[in-house]
Amino acid sequence: MTIKTFRGGIHPPEYKELTQNSVFEKVPAPGQIFLPLTQHLGRQAIPVVKKGSVVTAGMLVAQADGFISAPIHSPVCGTVANLGKQITSSGFPKDTITIITNGQTEAAFMSPMDPETITPDDIRKRVADAGIVGQGGAAFPTSVKLTPPPEKLIEFVILNGCECEPYLTRDYRFMLERPDAVIGGLKLILKVLGVQKGIMGIENNKPAAIEKMKNYLRDEKDLSVVVVKTKYPQGAEKMLIKAITGREVPPGKLPMDVGAVMQNVGTAVAIYDAITKGEPLITAALTVSGKGIKNPKNLIVPVGTPIKDVIDHCGGLTDNAAKIIVGGPMMGAAQYDLSSPVMKATSGILVLTKDEVETKQETTCVRCGKCVEVCPLNLLPTRLARLTQLQRYEDAEMIGITVCMECGTCAYTCPSNIPLVQWIRLGKQKVFRLQKERSASEN
Amino acid sequence: MTASDSEENKQIRFDLTTSPHLHSKWSTQKVMWLVVASLAPSIFTSLLFFGLYQLLIIAVAILFAAGTEYALQVMRNKQPTILDGSAMLTGLLLALTLPPNFSLSATAIGSVVAVGLGKQIFGGLGFNIFNPALVGRAFLQAAFPVQITTWSKPHLAVDTISSATPLAAFKFDHVSTEIGPLFFGNIGGSLGETSALAILAGGFFLIAIRIVNWQIPVSMILGMIIFGGVFHLINPAVNPSPLFHIFAGGFLFGAMFMATDWVTSPITSSGMWIFGLGISLILVVIRLYGGLPEGVMYSILFMNAFVPLINRLTQPAIFGIKQGGQNEKSY
Repeated sequence: MTIKTFRGGIHPPEYKELTQNSVFEKVPAPGQIFLPLTQHLGRQAIPVVKKGSVVTAGMLVAQADGFISAPIHSPVCGTVANLGKQITSSGFPKDTITIITNGQTEAAFMSPMDPETITPDDIRKRVADAGIVGQGGAAFPTSVKLTPPPEKLIEFVILNGCECEPYLTRDYRFMLERPDAVIGGLKLILKVLGVQKGIMGIENNKPAAIEKMKNYLRDEKDLSVVVVKTKYPQGAEKMLIKAITGREVPPGKLPMDVGAVMQNVGTAVAIYDAITKGEPLITAALTVSGKGIKNPKNLIVPVGTPIKDVIDHCGGLTDNAAKIIVGGPMMGAAQYDLSSPVMKATSGILVLTKDEVETKQETTCVRCGKCVEVCPLNLLPTRLARLTQLQRYEDAEMIGITVCMECGTCAYTCPSNIPLVQWIRLGKQKVFRLQKERSASEN
Repeated sequence: MTASDSEENKQIRFDLTTSPHLHSKWSTQKVMWLVVASLAPSIFTSLLFFGLYQLLIIAVAILFAAGTEYALQVMRNKQPTILDGSAMLTGLLLALTLPPNFSLSATAIGSVVAVGLGKQIFGGLGFNIFNPALVGRAFLQAAFPVQITTWSKPHLAVDTISSATPLAAFKFDHVSTEIGPLFFGNIGGSLGETSALAILAGGFFLIAIRIVNWQIPVSMILGMIIFGGVFHLINPAVNPSPLFHIFAGGFLFGAMFMATDWVTSPITSSGMWIFGLGISLILVVIRLYGGLPEGVMYSILFMNAFVPLINRLTQPAIFGIKQGGQNEKSY
């Protein structure tokens, strides 16, 4: 059997062994939860509750503002304590609904629907009403992705089970513990889009998940599992589409432009639960891991739970804990405020220890070309970083700085410890600003 | 101290750098020392064939290279970086390109030039255009033309082998050397270049641990087979076979240790191919039509000059953009 992949990439240590055999554990609601109004890409949701409003689990607390937005539901029973600002994992304070929980466990979900008889329009509406956002990390409203313009011909749906970030084992656990929901969700996505062909992409470091999925798909002629190479960033949308179909999504284009729609395994589960149980997206499944945490685990956490409570549930921090990351170690964001809540698309909380975060001495570029070799998008990271340092933003734009997806393979690889992706990130912001000014002066 | 103060003091200060939060175990320092280690077989064969005196040449070259680096960095108020090993590596590489029993004072001059004019004058590691060790060697070639072409007869040499290098013997006396001694290294030549076996051992090690970009030695060897082969087929009596070209002189040493210098070779894969093929083409012309029997040094230095241009012209097509297809400004 050939194992498919893309050009470039790296293979960092996986660290999956810390949590891969840990069964999802449900975490009870903490005393207080924070629901930021921007847990998705797009417009901020509009609160429909006031200070003092009594809410039950599953109740709408903020509605979507337009098409590219998502509603937010309360994951707990309690009382709205405040509508104010709260630091989120983005590092910035955001408008947030604070709810004090009252310990009751009743839930007011939407009515369950039969996945066999449901119509595509009903699925789309339910996905929007349930506030589902992409679980792969970008948190793009799923209903938008399931509404491609009619002129786009979608040939296949790819379900992303790569989970190429080290440490994270959430998608892996979903495939092992909830294969019915994963496949059920995939079938619902196919139904919405009117597409026959569904492909699951799974990295070859997850043989148990591959076998389980293959067993479930044994009698399906249009659904299949494609085993892809364990390599970072295999789970990046463009990379996985390239690996499976051989097609390249051009810069600035979407997967639908090459006939594909990609969804994450976790998103499929959320869709399945929204249809079959009527449950809105009020829990986040995540991996809590790293050497800095006493008992690494996979958890199902009410959305809005402060990171601190999640860490405490896992036995707390070790004495040498030094860095807390929301997301994976390659693209996640370091945190300074542990009251920051778990959000809809939070896939992991990692705690690294002192010796793991030691900043290494940066030396000059020796032009080894390693960053060029590993860049999955065929960019010249060292050149882009250098042009940014020299403030030659137009030149950086010319050689494609805005194409960079900030996967971090270059900075990971650099023997001179140059913060390449950090420089490129800065350069990108400068170029975006230039482009904005340019289009403003044209109008 | 109040209770809240002590509470605050207990709080951990979290590291807040941006992603990625993982880093590979590589560092330039580690790389330099691994390259030094890969040269151990060549150092060993130079001592085996030419005697322990060669150790002095190596020591002097390393000492003066590191000393020059240190002195110039102190003069420029820069943090000395001799512990990164790059200057010592330059000294070692220079020593291994010198003839056996070469003058120690000339060796010292070569090292000073290599690090001073070859590297520090451009701004230090990473900024030089030409391979520093070869700059030093080129200077010595011009300054000491006689000494640098005076060869000693190796120990363990079979009777038929003279002290002349196989390339010189072929060029001037039309005497060919068997591949066996060329491979083993009991022939006349520079300290590190005579034993193909030792060079290949170190070279394959560097390729295996992905320090040497394999494209460069492979394209050089392929280029030699093509260009050397064409000339050989045209006139086998005058032009030696590509196999002889590959195993004689400094070709393999240059292919594994000189042309592959990170700083002075291209960063793109296709650029590395152009670079390697170019070196071999120029080398064949020098060896067959030039006044000197050998030309690895000049052909590598010559191609070094083209590296910035090669890098510019060989930027790979960005993912999703077919080469020459879309307007490059469209992203």
